[in-house]
Amino acid sequence: MGMTMAEKIIACAAGKESCRAGDIETVTLDRLMSNDGTTHLTIDMYNNLKNPHIADVDKLVWIIDHNIPADSPKTAASHKKMRDFARENGITFYEGEGVCHQVMMENHVRPGELIFGADSHTCAYGALGAFGTGVGCTDYLYAMVTGTSWLLVPETIRFNLTGSLKHGVYARDLILTIIGRISANGANYKAMEFAGEGLKGLSIADRISICNLCVEAGAKTALMEVDDVALDYLKEHGREPKAIYKSDDDAVFSEVFDIDLNEIEPIVAKPHFVDNVVPVKECEGIEIDEAFLGSCNNGRIEDLRVGASVIKGKHVADKVRFLVVPASREVYQQALKECLLDIFMDAGAMVMNPNCSVCWGACQGVIGEGETLISTGTRNFKGRAGHKDSFVYLASAATVTASAIKGYIVTADKI
Amino acid sequence: MGKVFRFQKDVDTDQIIASQYLLFPTIDEMKVHTFESLNSDFASQVKPGDFVVADENFGCGSSREQAPSVLKALGVKAVIAKSFARIFYRNSINIGMPVIVSKELYDAVEDGDDMELDLQAGIITANGKEYSCTKLPSKMQEILDQGGLIASLNN
Repeated sequence: MGMTMAEKIIACAAGKESCRAGDIETVTLDRLMSNDGTTHLTIDMYNNLKNPHIADVDKLVWIIDHNIPADSPKTAASHKKMRDFARENGITFYEGEGVCHQVMMENHVRPGELIFGADSHTCAYGALGAFGTGVGCTDYLYAMVTGTSWLLVPETIRFNLTGSLKHGVYARDLILTIIGRISANGANYKAMEFAGEGLKGLSIADRISICNLCVEAGAKTALMEVDDVALDYLKEHGREPKAIYKSDDDAVFSEVFDIDLNEIEPIVAKPHFVDNVVPVKECEGIEIDEAFLGSCNNGRIEDLRVGASVIKGKHVADKVRFLVVPASREVYQQALKECLLDIFMDAGAMVMNPNCSVCWGACQGVIGEGETLISTGTRNFKGRAGHKDSFVYLASAATVTASAIKGYIVTADKI
Repeated sequence: MGKVFRFQKDVDTDQIIASQYLLFPTIDEMKVHTFESLNSDFASQVKPGDFVVADENFGCGSSREQAPSVLKALGVKAVIAKSFARIFYRNSINIGMPVIVSKELYDAVEDGDDMELDLQAGIITANGKEYSCTKLPSKMQEILDQGGLIASLNN
């Protein structure tokens, strides 16, 4: 009986020939990412250990991205704790360089790796064929101290993609459609694997966008087959794969979905659940107060190009704040070179430093009582972007930008 | 004996503790904001030994460990739900807070009901009826029994 990608990566990390869904394995982690959402608590726990030590400091990557620049003295104190600890212990450290997952994709993730991230969207790393999974700070600390952890080997849901996305339809529309179909816990404890001819036509940006959001269906990880598109990205960023795996032909999947990309339409996720999806046209006309183009899901150069092409020569609606937040310094500088930021600024958008921004809802661009945001962020939970009685719709970069121009939810073909 | 605080399905960790409080220096400073968006009286009304009872997929969303930590700090004895999102579930066990799957309890109790939990026997008693809970996987029971994952690092 064959093995899935997830089983192969875990078997390798466990030093075994094989493992099966349902097994519990002790694994050695390849990399450990943590950000300012929880690291201050990890450090407190570390300092309270009887014998604090770090198993392999070279595997640790710490990134301040959620509340950067600091919004309050309390945040500044938590950042200082993290910054000082990273420096004292020689931990690879980024601050203000971008959203953690984008920084990881640009600098660290390699196919075949098993990566713990103290952030739920760590499943994004599957875009490069790595098993990334989100953990809390206790799991993180245990792995930091021992270099190991335990994992329940997940079952895999396989998505065979065929065809290609139509003009005006994006990876965001695809993954929202899938989450709507399988529901917010449809992949709980499972791996979501994407393969097939349709994958070849998707850029790395598209692939990150898809894998990143799989946790919104409850997935433990997301995985994509590694092809030339992924290898080219790695090469451009100066890295080699650890190992390239694909599921065997006789691997066992818990479910298989065949998805024809040609059938995907522009989608929005309505408040307050990511699986609450409808075609954009069903929400057309809903007035907005703010629009957000950015995040680990849709803040890459490809997304900024889409937004800029929609808004070039147009203007943001009078009553709307439009926040444009490149996902990393690399993305920001590329957007500068391509004069995309000029286009957004000329249109009346606010261009912010790379950070999690309003997707995290705690430092920048938060919305007030009764206000509505349309966002390329990751979540639309109640209060996610600010006041508990506010509303977040999730959509593609094109739909978000078009809505910023009109002041109400609309697809880009109406501009 | 403790009181039931009942919550619907798909309660995400942003509702348990919102993002704007996560970078506060300590769990004690965060805990007064627990469930603020869903029940602003929760933190002042909950007493040590009380229970959170929920429908499907409790704790979905963010990996923030602050979510189970504020519940534990407020003295919540256990969370009993029809199902849990995996990161919340794992985080809870890691910090030594019992999370229990019961498919029946949510539909059998109301907010404010009294209930009892015998963790060793795996029996919940509420409104004169007994309900059995699903057992933890042995690996997780072992972690819970030793008081959480960190305890094993200090042995």
